[in-house]
Amino acid sequence: MNMIDVRVAAIEQVTPLIKHFKFVKEDGSKLPPFSGGSHIVVALDAEGRTYRNPYSLMGSPTETDAYHISVRRQENSRGGSAYMHENISVGMTLKITHPVNLFTLAKMAHKHVLIAGGIGITPFMSQIEDLNRLGAEYELHYAFRSYKQAAFVEELQKACGNKLHCYSDSDGKRLDMDALLSNQPLGTHVYVCGPSPMVVGVLETAKNLGWPDSNVHNEQFLAPPVGESFKVQLAKSNLEVQVPAEMSMLEAIEAAGVQPEYLCRGGVCGRCELSVLESDGGLEHNDHFLTESEKASCKKIMPCVSRTKGKRLVLDL
Amino acid sequence: MALNFKQESFRDDYTYKNSPEAIKRFPFPFPEDQYMYSVNIEPHTKGKPGSVYEFPFDIDEHYVAECHDRAITLAEDAGRYQALPHMMDAQWDFLELAMESLSSDYPEHFTLTKNGSIWTWENKPLGIHDTFTFGDSTTLPREPFDYMGRQVQGDFVLLDQRDETLYADAGMVTCQADWSLAFNVGMSWREWHGPVPKATELGVMDRALKYLMNLQLANPVRRLNWTMTVNPRLDTSPENYPHWGGDRNKVNADNVSELIHLRVELQSLFRLPRSNGIVFSIRCYLMSLKDIATYPRWAKRLHRVQKTMHPDLIEYKGMTKFHPLVVEWLSQFDDGADIGVGTQPE
Ligand code: FES
Repeated sequence: MNMIDVRVAAIEQVTPLIKHFKFVKEDGSKLPPFSGGSHIVVALDAEGRTYRNPYSLMGSPTETDAYHISVRRQENSRGGSAYMHENISVGMTLKITHPVNLFTLAKMAHKHVLIAGGIGITPFMSQIEDLNRLGAEYELHYAFRSYKQAAFVEELQKACGNKLHCYSDSDGKRLDMDALLSNQPLGTHVYVCGPSPMVVGVLETAKNLGWPDSNVHNEQFLAPPVGESFKVQLAKSNLEVQVPAEMSMLEAIEAAGVQPEYLCRGGVCGRCELSVLESDGGLEHNDHFLTESEKASCKKIMPCVSRTKGKRLVLDL
Repeated sequence: MALNFKQESFRDDYTYKNSPEAIKRFPFPFPEDQYMYSVNIEPHTKGKPGSVYEFPFDIDEHYVAECHDRAITLAEDAGRYQALPHMMDAQWDFLELAMESLSSDYPEHFTLTKNGSIWTWENKPLGIHDTFTFGDSTTLPREPFDYMGRQVQGDFVLLDQRDETLYADAGMVTCQADWSLAFNVGMSWREWHGPVPKATELGVMDRALKYLMNLQLANPVRRLNWTMTVNPRLDTSPENYPHWGGDRNKVNADNVSELIHLRVELQSLFRLPRSNGIVFSIRCYLMSLKDIATYPRWAKRLHRVQKTMHPDLIEYKGMTKFHPLVVEWLSQFDDGADIGVGTQPE
């Protein structure tokens, strides 16, 4: 994976729970342009483990002197957001992935209805830049607890004008999903990002109203295929390799000096297939190569993307 | 190192020729004696200096002649270039990728100067010098993909990703071979790749699709595909079948080594940043049997691969008419010696 080295150029406390981070490239050059709705994964080495957290890119996809993300401090997160809040300071360097977009705007839509709840506003911050640039028809519906806890309302007013509709719990103003989705012209696409009750609400309302699935989008972060760490024993090479959480099994085996075959490194070509001699837990097959019955048999594994759910695995390598 | 561009033709009198250097760097596609259809996709990482994998877009001695041949094809049939309106961001993405690659990889031939969004592009081999505003199509002589596609060797298709699949929503296709027989702008991945007989059976195209939907920025991938063509003809399109279809009947034991060309497509795919689209580049290399046989290792390998080829595949690749002649001619080089695995010439 090609990572980008960035430096934290600024941090701003936007609301009591949300911090806005600005990253610039270490060497001072521009960051790659991206498409609205993209996210990056920030890799943090801390306390003996690596956090890899996905965050939506905000701001302009084309003016990329800097990348902007916002992090809400999650009360019981596994630590990524707390670490970002407490331990990251201006001047530090971090590694990020290239932008990935799993929440793209449908380019052929006649109209876009964007629905955000709380910190779920972040992917829309870049999408509205694209929509404005393309002169597309859209509405942004932004729901939050109170104006004090809502991030970026002023910026949004500037960028969206009367296309922005805000709903504050504390004012008793509620977003009527049914009314909103009942009155849209043909060819409209709806996008939702926010707390899961809201996402489920939008998906269900749309379904009940007969919206085609392809016109309904929700943000899904695909965390990189990492899992827990485990040990793999290479029977023929007589080696034991520790696979850390943030490395693929293939990478860990290579790092131990063994060179298994590979081609795509993405679970599709079949070249890296290995035979499983023993495993103490189920296998986590993330590939598109093995058939369902092969996966179920637990006799084969593609180390470029797959792992074990157990602690130990013995391979014929 | 500056390239020496040749004056040559890919039609009528067919003066196309490969220099010894071009033969040596030919992307010979057969690592083993038996050909197996597989998802041979791998990361498109930088290869050895001088190899066709050294840079994202390979420019060689045929550059000027190939661009000229493409211009002829486009002038005869404007439909070879098409782009649906929602692909404009992808068009600029393509222009940027191509200009940045060419100018940094071949600085003696191409230069790109940026002054904010005002860009100046100079293509010395083709005598092009233009200043334009990035993002504003009216400042270019043609729309961006049409403009830049004409200045890079190979065919290009821009894919849009939506509804869990990829749509070929723009294309510049002037050197098409069998893969593109059914190609039309607006087609989905499955419609486009429908006709491959063996491949669908294995679910190969579905697997490839899932992999490509996951394609990441800055991590392009590539694969090789191959077929054989009579004469060094780039445009073997169905529309122009009358111009080239009959050539298959002209092949005989005396001319087979000069007429038959192994046609290798270096297919590479890059995720595009602003549009989240994908550019599919199909770069074609043509090598006569005679030139291939200047390396005995290649001649032996090609003989073994062709001799054991499944008849369905020979049919699918349109080689049935002349295939026995090819095998026969190549057999003179094959002493049966073990040549190991690998595609290297020696
Ligand atoms: S390297 Fe291709 S499936 Fe693992």
